[in-house]
Amino acid sequence: MSANISQIEPRTDVEKVRGPIENTVLFDRQYVWPGDLTEIPDWVYTDENVYRREVERIFHGPTWNYVGLEAELPNPGDFIRSHVGPTSVVVTRAKDGSINVVENRCVHRAAEFCRELSGNVNEFICPYHQWTYDLKGNLIGVPFRRGVGGKGGMPKSFNLAEHGLRRLNVTSHRGVVFASYRDDMESFADYLGPEVLREFEATFDGRKLKVLGHYRHSLPGNWKLYHENLKDPYHATLLHTFLVTFGLLVAGNRSLMLTDKSGRHGVMASAKSETKNIGAAEKKEMRAYKEGMALRETRFMDFVQEFDSPWSVTMSTIWPNLIVQREMNTLGIRQIVPNGPDEFIMKWTMFGFEGDDDEMTRHRLRQGNLMGPAGFLGLEDNEAMKFVQDGMRRVPDKHHLVKLDPATEAGTSDTLISEAAIRAMYKHWRQEMGV
Amino acid sequence: MLDVSSAKTRDARLDALLLYQEVNEFNAAYAAALDEQRLIDWVEMFTEDAFYVVISRENADHGLPVGLIYCDSKRMIHDRAFALEKTTMFAPRYLRHIIGNLQVLGEAPDGAIRARANYVLIQVLYDRPEAKLHQVGAYHDVFRRVDGALKLAERRCIYDSLLIDNALCLPV
Repeated sequence: MSANISQIEPRTDVEKVRGPIENTVLFDRQYVWPGDLTEIPDWVYTDENVYRREVERIFHGPTWNYVGLEAELPNPGDFIRSHVGPTSVVVTRAKDGSINVVENRCVHRAAEFCRELSGNVNEFICPYHQWTYDLKGNLIGVPFRRGVGGKGGMPKSFNLAEHGLRRLNVTSHRGVVFASYRDDMESFADYLGPEVLREFEATFDGRKLKVLGHYRHSLPGNWKLYHENLKDPYHATLLHTFLVTFGLLVAGNRSLMLTDKSGRHGVMASAKSETKNIGAAEKKEMRAYKEGMALRETRFMDFVQEFDSPWSVTMSTIWPNLIVQREMNTLGIRQIVPNGPDEFIMKWTMFGFEGDDDEMTRHRLRQGNLMGPAGFLGLEDNEAMKFVQDGMRRVPDKHHLVKLDPATEAGTSDTLISEAAIRAMYKHWRQEMGV
Repeated sequence: MLDVSSAKTRDARLDALLLYQEVNEFNAAYAAALDEQRLIDWVEMFTEDAFYVVISRENADHGLPVGLIYCDSKRMIHDRAFALEKTTMFAPRYLRHIIGNLQVLGEAPDGAIRARANYVLIQVLYDRPEAKLHQVGAYHDVFRRVDGALKLAERRCIYDSLLIDNALCLPV
């Protein structure tokens, strides 16, 4: 077999319940990448076994996963529910001020004990049998541990200290908190690489964050489509009429589609320009461009320059579960929570900075209409990704094209008419997945 | 003890009933405009300085201001309608807004009428069999009269269904 063919073990519980014929079919499934990086097979997005391996090797593998903002946990005892891949975790601020990330799964009978989205507690008590954990996940109480009247109870050898919640490796950079299942992780700065780190630090510039609210929605598509959509500057000038009409992004704008050395992270960046500067030929190509449209609330598209950056818009895709949105002055975190190959959940955390006056906060909230599940652009992206997943699920075992910008095989490109960043992501993905 | 027979009390009760009916009819017309996707008609149901926001119960309960849709003037409500009609791409769909449990909470001396009502938004996509309950929530409203007619000076749509199914393409 050539190197681009790989076997992924079928799930063992399926083997047991299914008959031998289906077993054989499952075992015979071969994951063949068709040629080079310019064509992506649909099974990458639709296959249950591929998804299971992604959870193991990517979300629970050597990656830093976004879990929350320190601004959401200002006081000891504060907690938020979050996710690493599909796995429910709790992020806590312990009494000593440290931030801890633990699995939301009681070691006793596996109950997801924390049900509130956020709150403040002294300890976590599993409601089923009241096993109790401190804010770092140490098991500190087991009711009737010695039984009643000398009968029952836990074995004498049961040592609480050996049965805490599964604790994850935690790091925090400029108030943004990440967790990893691996203890041998590189530093966050090394993980991002210098160029993507620079963009990260342009948004998280040291000012204290102020959370303005959340959105949550589920999307009927594969989680990687969200990364790809933000590594695909080509779509932005074509799908998003709104963006183009009002000059936020047009073909020919100064722009950059950056990737890190590994190919897993990316930053789509552009500088706002006036639509009157667009040439007639470019307008013709951009079917989305419509002459003479104007907003009544003109303040909406104002850009207050508050960042040390040449870009008015940056969309950073931080592998594997974080998008940082800096769309002029509307700032947001988007956290990807995969839920099988065909669905994922997005949790958005919109923020501003301590010190924003009322008018600046209002400006951020007004500009927030661009993004999110009801955003002028956001809702279009959600719809487009759904269309893609429908296309892949309903015509099985095909592949599709990412051939734009052949001059760059995979990596950073300074033209918007490029899919080189998507190819870079798949170069990395194939390496991690062994396919 | 309330003397229900006195003319004064009867007039007050009739006024309240008429106002209740007027707000009810307003809400029915509002739902019809959205169900028929007559968005420019929807815009005209607001005052010039209107505030319209669609906000999760999670945010509202925590005093966080972020809305799915956030408009602090009729100009922005107009831009929302205009953008949806002229620029935005989404799959075709039918919507039903069901508004009920209206409570008229009071009329201030300046004429502002506070009210609330529950709403249910049902969405049908052309290629799916089910009519899905897309959003459940409550309107927290302030009405004012403009040339005698009721208009919304404020409608805060606080939704309970925190996890939105893909996207909210049209207003509630």
